[in-house]
Amino acid sequence: MRYDSILDAVGGTPLVGLPNLSPGPDVRLWAKLEDRNPTGSVKDRVALAMVRTAEKEGRLCPGSTVLEPTSGNTGISLAMICKLRGYKLVCVMPENTSPERTALLQMYGASIVYSPAAGGSNEAVRVAKQLAAANPDWVMLYQYGNEANARAHYETTGPEILHDLPGITHFVAGLGTTGTLMGTGRFLREHVPGVKIIAAEPRYGELVYGLRNMDEGFVPELYDDSVLTARYSVSSADALRRTRQLVSLEGIFAGISSGCVLHAGLALANRATEAGERADIALLVADAGWKYLSTGAYGGTLDEAESRLESELWA
Amino acid sequence: MAIEVRIPTILRPLTGGAKAVEGSGDTLDELLTDVDSRHAGLRGRLVDDSGLRRFVNVYLNDEDVRFLGGLGTTVKDGDTVTVLPAVAGGAR
Repeated sequence: MRYDSILDAVGGTPLVGLPNLSPGPDVRLWAKLEDRNPTGSVKDRVALAMVRTAEKEGRLCPGSTVLEPTSGNTGISLAMICKLRGYKLVCVMPENTSPERTALLQMYGASIVYSPAAGGSNEAVRVAKQLAAANPDWVMLYQYGNEANARAHYETTGPEILHDLPGITHFVAGLGTTGTLMGTGRFLREHVPGVKIIAAEPRYGELVYGLRNMDEGFVPELYDDSVLTARYSVSSADALRRTRQLVSLEGIFAGISSGCVLHAGLALANRATEAGERADIALLVADAGWKYLSTGAYGGTLDEAESRLESELWA
Repeated sequence: MAIEVRIPTILRPLTGGAKAVEGSGDTLDELLTDVDSRHAGLRGRLVDDSGLRRFVNVYLNDEDVRFLGGLGTTVKDGDTVTVLPAVAGGAR
């Protein structure tokens, strides 16, 4: 397939069957391989939509500085796009993310401001909001509250999945900014009666929740729980085990958040099988495993891998 | 057998440092009231007049109770209830 530029190659990712993980011909699992985007993650859809929207609104012009709280994929997508469009990029990132992410951001010329590990992305959001207030000429795209994030999925991810899987019964994706689930979920609900929209949420080690006061939590502005059917919390151990199964049973080298999504998807598949119901379950594979190799997630024993991930933001 | 309630770090001062406590009840509401009778103040950190507090997530066997039945969610012996503060997620 031929494209005018790398930015024109965003989206249009393959949906592949998981014949070895699927319980049988009536209950099937499918993986939407978002690592096949230009910078290797689903976030290319979001970053491009947010930049194009800001350009259209006149908020961005050559020489502008873009600011974003991001622990990885969105930052990497933005860094590539900003490079091509002539913007500077400042990313606020928790210090406990994998070194590959820092290397990729620096490669595209982004500046990085680290936020404290304790508190995870909540802290990055807080620090970014402070920086935005102190630098009023910077443009914070703010993926957690930017409608263009969910809209990118409503206009691209959702239609692509429905086109490839008209009989879809369940859509499962990770829950972070909630943009993937809100946008894709709304589109599917409008077109597929009874479709179930399922969130798989990573459950991190204690450090990440650590000193969080129960009154100071964070719920992304984009989140609307009426779009979801259910929401599962998946431990690092389960996510790691499933990530390895994707490799060993289906040959898919996915990031750890995809193991989280697969874990929820398999629970739904088993439920459908027990109930004797047909199911076509689409799983969103947000990225590949490259950025997580240094975490040791793919080698050694599961216990070792789990303890290494304990204090890391793995999804 | 009883129902295990896993407590986040920030609330462990209320449980004498315990990571998990046990309780009983037919619904989440009853369970939290039962647990509060031994760990005073716990329920109030999780629930207000309108139900579960905004930044509190409660999972029954890993499923968010807001999509089950909220405080009215049925619980039974052997279940695990996990309480976590809402966080922004990771690699976004």
